[in-house]
Amino acid sequence: MSALHIKKGASSHSAYNLRPTFSDAEERHTLAVIVDNEPGVLARVIGLFSGRGYNIDSLTVAEVDHKGHQSRITIVTTGTPQIIEQIKAQLGRIVVVHDVHDLTVEGPSVERELALLRVSGGGEKRVEALRLADIFRANVVDSTLDSFIFEITGTPEKIDAFADLMRPLGLSEVARTGVAALRRGN
Amino acid sequence: MTRQMTGAKMVVQALKDQGVDVVFGYPGGAVLPIYDEIFQQNDIRHILVRHEQGAVHAAEGYARSTGKPGVVLVTSGPGATNAVTGITDALMDSIPLVVLTGQVPTFMIGSDAFQEADTVGITRPCTKHNWLVSDTARLSDTIHQAFHVATSGRPGPVLVDIPKDVQFARAEYTSPAKAKVSHYQPQTKGDLDTITELVEALETAEKPIFYTGGGVINSGPAASALLRELVEETGIPITSTLMGLGCYPASGKNWLGMLGMHGLYEANMAMHDCDLMINIGARFDDRITGRIDAFSPNSRRAHIDIDPSSINKVVKTDFPIVGDVTQVLTDLLEVWKSRGRKTNREALETWWSEIENWKKVRCLAFTQEGKTIKPQYAVARLEELTKGHDRYICTEVGQHQMWAAQYLGFEDPNRWMTSGGLGTMGYGMPASLGVQVAHPDALVINVAGEASWLMNMQEMGTAVQYRLPVKQFILNNERLGMVRQWQELLHGERYSQSWSEALPDFVKLAEAFGCKGIMVKDPADLDDAIMEMINYEGPVIFDCLVEKHENCFPMIPSGKAHNEMLLGEASTKDAIDDKGAVLV
Repeated sequence: MSALHIKKGASSHSAYNLRPTFSDAEERHTLAVIVDNEPGVLARVIGLFSGRGYNIDSLTVAEVDHKGHQSRITIVTTGTPQIIEQIKAQLGRIVVVHDVHDLTVEGPSVERELALLRVSGGGEKRVEALRLADIFRANVVDSTLDSFIFEITGTPEKIDAFADLMRPLGLSEVARTGVAALRRGN
Repeated sequence: MTRQMTGAKMVVQALKDQGVDVVFGYPGGAVLPIYDEIFQQNDIRHILVRHEQGAVHAAEGYARSTGKPGVVLVTSGPGATNAVTGITDALMDSIPLVVLTGQVPTFMIGSDAFQEADTVGITRPCTKHNWLVSDTARLSDTIHQAFHVATSGRPGPVLVDIPKDVQFARAEYTSPAKAKVSHYQPQTKGDLDTITELVEALETAEKPIFYTGGGVINSGPAASALLRELVEETGIPITSTLMGLGCYPASGKNWLGMLGMHGLYEANMAMHDCDLMINIGARFDDRITGRIDAFSPNSRRAHIDIDPSSINKVVKTDFPIVGDVTQVLTDLLEVWKSRGRKTNREALETWWSEIENWKKVRCLAFTQEGKTIKPQYAVARLEELTKGHDRYICTEVGQHQMWAAQYLGFEDPNRWMTSGGLGTMGYGMPASLGVQVAHPDALVINVAGEASWLMNMQEMGTAVQYRLPVKQFILNNERLGMVRQWQELLHGERYSQSWSEALPDFVKLAEAFGCKGIMVKDPADLDDAIMEMINYEGPVIFDCLVEKHENCFPMIPSGKAHNEMLLGEASTKDAIDDKGAVLV
C-alpha cells in the first residue's frame, strides 16, 4: 500500500506517515514546530502535551521570523511510534501551527544545545576542570578566584558527558537551553 | 462609504455578514455595549436563556439540526465559566459554535477585576481555537476567522474574548470578503491511491461492514445521500455510532442498528466477525470498541476521517484516508463504478445469512405487562405515535438516551441531538430549544431522565418566554438509572447516592412555569397521554412514571469484547471482572 500523501498546510502540516507501526518500543524524536508567534501559542503546545500525557524531554522556543511573526519550537519527546504519530497529528491540528517536522525521520539533522556550568573549587581540581574544558571546547565566560562558569555547545549527550566529568570537580549549578535542531543539507 | 464603527457594532455587523440569524445568550456588565447594539437592530434574533450552559447547548441543538454554526454571547467571568461545559461538549462531538465572551477592559486584565476570569486560558483546551482581541482594528477580522475555523475541517467550538474597551473603541470594519485568508485550510480530498486500494478490498471482501459516525452528519446532507447510494449499490451491511444515527435510514434494508456498549447484538457481532471494516466519520471511541485488543480481531480496517489525529489513535488502520466524507465517498463511488461495480456476491449472501441468525436473538425484545410502564415500552410507543411527524429528537444522558437510540428510528441526518462524547446530563432540555428555534413548526421532543432533566430545567422559562413548543418526555424512575445499573452490576448492589428523594411534582412544576404538565403511570393511558402531548400547541413537561429498576440491555460490559454481550437479567451475574470495573 502506498503511503499517505498529505499536502502541506493547515491541519496537514507534515507528511507524517499514517501507516500503522507495530513497535511498542519507545523512541526519542526531535520535532520542529513552526507557529504564529502570538500570545498563548506556547501554552497551546504545552497544554497539548500535558493534557494528553505526552512526554517533553526538552523544549525551546524563539521567534525566528520577525517579519512574519513566526516562532520555531523545538521539542524533544519520547514515545512509542504510535504516540509519536499522534503527537505530530495533534500538533498539526492546532490552528496557529503552520508546520510540524519530525527531524528524526526526515533525514539527517544537526542538534545542538548550549549549557552554562558553574564549577567551584581550587587547587588541582581547578586545573583539571580547565584542562577538561579545553578538551570539550568549552569556553570560560566568567571566572573568580575559586570558580568558573563554562559555556559549552554540543549534542545533549556531549553536555551530559561534560557535566558528569565536572561533578567530582565541583560542579554546583547548570543551566541548559534545550535542543535546537535543523535538518542537514538543503 | 467609511466603515468606521465601534467594536460592539462590529460584532453585530460581522454576525450579520456571516449569515447569523439567531444568537443564544445572557447579558452582563462586560457585554453591555454589544447588547446595546443588539437592541438597535432587528436582523438577528436574541434568545435569552436562563443559564449560560443552556445558551451553549441551545446553540449546539441549533447547529446540529441545521448544519450551520451556533452563536453564543455571554459576559465575562461567570458567564464564560458557565459556558465551559457546553463548549467542551461541542468539542467532543465536533459541533461548530462561535462563542463570544465579554472581558474586563484591557487595562484591567490581570488585576483580578470584578467578573474577571482568564477565559482564553480556561477554554484553551476545550475550544478548537480561541482569541483574546486586544485591538478593535482586528475585531471584525478575528470574528470572520472564528467562523472559518469553527466550520472548516473537523468542526468545533471557537471562542472570541472581547474586552469592554475594545467594544467601545472605533475602527475600520472588515467585511468577510476582505478578511485575511486563513492559512488554516484542512485537507478535504482523500488520497486516490488509498481509495482505490479500499475499493479493491471491498470488491473481494467476504464479510464487509460500514461503521459510520457523526462525521457523515457533519459533512452535510450530500454525505448521507452518497452513503445511502454506496450501501444500496454494494449491498453491504451498515451500523452506526450514537452520533451517526440518521445518516442511513433506520428503515433501510441494510441497517443493523446502532453498535457499541448498548448497541444491537447483530451490529456488534457483525463488527466482531467482519473481515473488512469501513469506518466513515467515526473515531473508534471506547464506547464502540469495548476491549481494544479483542476488537474485531480478523478485519482489515479502513478509516475515513477529516481529522488526521483520529487515524491510528486507538485502532490501527490499514486504509487511512484523510478527507471530507462527501468528497471521499464521491471518489470512492466513482472508482468502484469505473471498475465494474464488483462485490463478492456469493460471500455477501453467506454473510447476510449469518447476520440474519444474529437478528433472531431479538436483542431489543421486552415484555410490557402489569400496571407499570416499562421505559422501553414508553419509547417504543413514542416512536410509533410520532414517526410520521416532522420530528427532531434530543436526549439527556443515561439509560433513557440509550433506549431512545435503540427504539427510535431515524430516517434522516440532523434529526438526532444527543451528547455523545462528553455525556453531559442537562444537554437535552436546552438543546431542544435551539432545535425548535431553527425549526419552529417541527415536533421537537427531548427524551429525558428526570435526573438529567433537572440539571437545566430552568430553561423551561426560556421555552415559555419564546413560545417554543418543546416536548419534554421524561422517563421518571426516581433513580440515576445508569448509575444504579452500574452499581447493580459492579458494586454489589450498593446503591450509593443514586436515588433522588424529594423530586418535584412535574405537573405542578409545569404549571409554575406556565406550560402544560402531563403525568402518566398506567400503560393503558400512555398512548392517549402521548397524543395529548403531541397535539398541545405549547411546551409540555411529560412525566412518565416508569419501572424503577429496569436495566438497559444489550450491554457490552467494561473490559469485554463485542461477542461477549449481556442480553438480559439472567446473564449479568459476575459479568464484569475487577479489571473491567476500573473502566468507566
